Amino acid sequence: MKQSKLVEYSLITLGFLFVILMLVFPLVTVVVSSLAQGWDFYIKAITTPYVLSALGLTLVAALVAVLVSGLFGLCAAYSIGKFDFKGKQFLMTLIDVPFSISPVIAGLAFIMVFGRIGWGYGILDSLNQWLGTNWRVVFALPGVFLATIFVTLPFVFREVIGVMHTRGREEEEAAVLMGASGMTVFWKITFPQIKWGFLYGVLLCAARALGEFGAVAALSKARGSTFTLPLEIDALYMSGSATGVTAAFAASSVLVILSILLLVLRAYVEHRVGHAGD
Amino acid sequence: MKRQIHTNGKHPRLLPGFGLTLGVTLTILSIIIILPVGTILGYAVQIPPTVFWQTIAKPVVWHAFATSLMTSFVAAAINLVFGTLLAWILVRYTFPGRRFIDSLIELPFALPTAVAGITLSKLYSESGLLGSTLVQWGISLVYTKIGIIIALVFVGIPFVVRSVEPVLAKLDGSYEEAGAVLGANNFTIFRRIILPEILPAGLAGFALAFARGLGEYGSVIYISGNSAKAQTQVVSYVIMQKLNYIDYEGATAMALLLLVLAFLILLSVNLLQLRQAKRLGGR
Repeated sequence: MKQSKLVEYSLITLGFLFVILMLVFPLVTVVVSSLAQGWDFYIKAITTPYVLSALGLTLVAALVAVLVSGLFGLCAAYSIGKFDFKGKQFLMTLIDVPFSISPVIAGLAFIMVFGRIGWGYGILDSLNQWLGTNWRVVFALPGVFLATIFVTLPFVFREVIGVMHTRGREEEEAAVLMGASGMTVFWKITFPQIKWGFLYGVLLCAARALGEFGAVAALSKARGSTFTLPLEIDALYMSGSATGVTAAFAASSVLVILSILLLVLRAYVEHRVGHAGD
Repeated sequence: MKRQIHTNGKHPRLLPGFGLTLGVTLTILSIIIILPVGTILGYAVQIPPTVFWQTIAKPVVWHAFATSLMTSFVAAAINLVFGTLLAWILVRYTFPGRRFIDSLIELPFALPTAVAGITLSKLYSESGLLGSTLVQWGISLVYTKIGIIIALVFVGIPFVVRSVEPVLAKLDGSYEEAGAVLGANNFTIFRRIILPEILPAGLAGFALAFARGLGEYGSVIYISGNSAKAQTQVVSYVIMQKLNYIDYEGATAMALLLLVLAFLILLSVNLLQLRQAKRLGGR
């Protein structure tokens, strides 16, 4: 296209205006608001027992989500990417369901299964009687984990299947024909191909898990024990007092720092994915 | 070592591990997605139609659907325009701060929704960075539908940028040159050559942003104010309220309608994309 400098500069200016207004201002707001009552208040706000317990649970839930979604992503991408079978397209559609479902509905779904009116409640009850335990899913830690796994399930799969589709399966088949065992083939050929894509998916999954709010909010009601950090932020913010709001932003800044850390890692991995893709 | 070679498919299964990996996949998929979502659907179809319509016909409920549909549609449309613009300048121009914009685009994906929610609410409140200026002009955006739209624009912008960007980057410049040689002006070249190429990707991003906005919860509920009177309650908020009041029937009915709407959005855009692809392929 004929280069028109005027058009170019106005488009760039518009882009900058949008980014500054929509993205930079919010970032600045988090920083300014979290330090609104001074550094000492900030430190005190992020080290209350509630915030620390919520941060701990958030990290554990993210770890659980990464482990399950990671295993799922590898298995699903391997079976779908390396083999032909009927219903493949349908299976892929099912895996993408969490992308198009409101997280609140995910929370509702687990309540309908494991809550008092759910069919899973009776099964859980008899299991508890048999084991002499008192496990609960809804309004307890398993519910928090299930909700977090639900929203993060497609991420690793999506990244790994993309790599597998571009790499095909000829190399593995050649190795198998030459007598290599399944494990050898996986670790020597498949995994090296997908490792950066896998890592990228894991980082996306972790970022999503750290921030999940709606699904967990439906399944967790006990502040200080089953609250994740986003729920604790909500509780602090909704308290309405000025100190509560500042404390909410202080707690938010912890999540923001973690998110930006993950973004930087992602930028690095993305760079590597780009090079591995050729 | 035993290795069975199945030849009943199109492609012989040489590689081992199919049963194991598919088994793990189906097990996890069943526990996490199929059973819970299936339970909602199973429960929803058992609700008598009259009860279902009574729930949906309540002003609070259909106002919530109207608000969510309207705000997420407008937000997705704004994102379609600005997302395409951002993708365009990121791909076509080099300018100082390009890397900075590129890395910031991902921020809404990375930022927890609740954090985005309270931050946007604060930003546009009377004591906030933007709100304090706007209030001098007599404008208040918090607790209005415009506030909801702002939150949804924030959440949805990466969808459009990230789906248009790769298509623009791959676009062959020779057609544009041909157009210019034949005397078309910039606008005509954009409308007739570039737009048809990037429109499917733009629409895909639009649909993702629209569907995401329809179910959005965390980033919206603080800036919206959730007033039934001002009709600033979104669908997710009302579902959550029904959950808290143990009104599972109402929550499930709303969830079903929301699922159907999200499905229709994604389906219609898939069809549009298909038509577009056929049109381009048939030239």
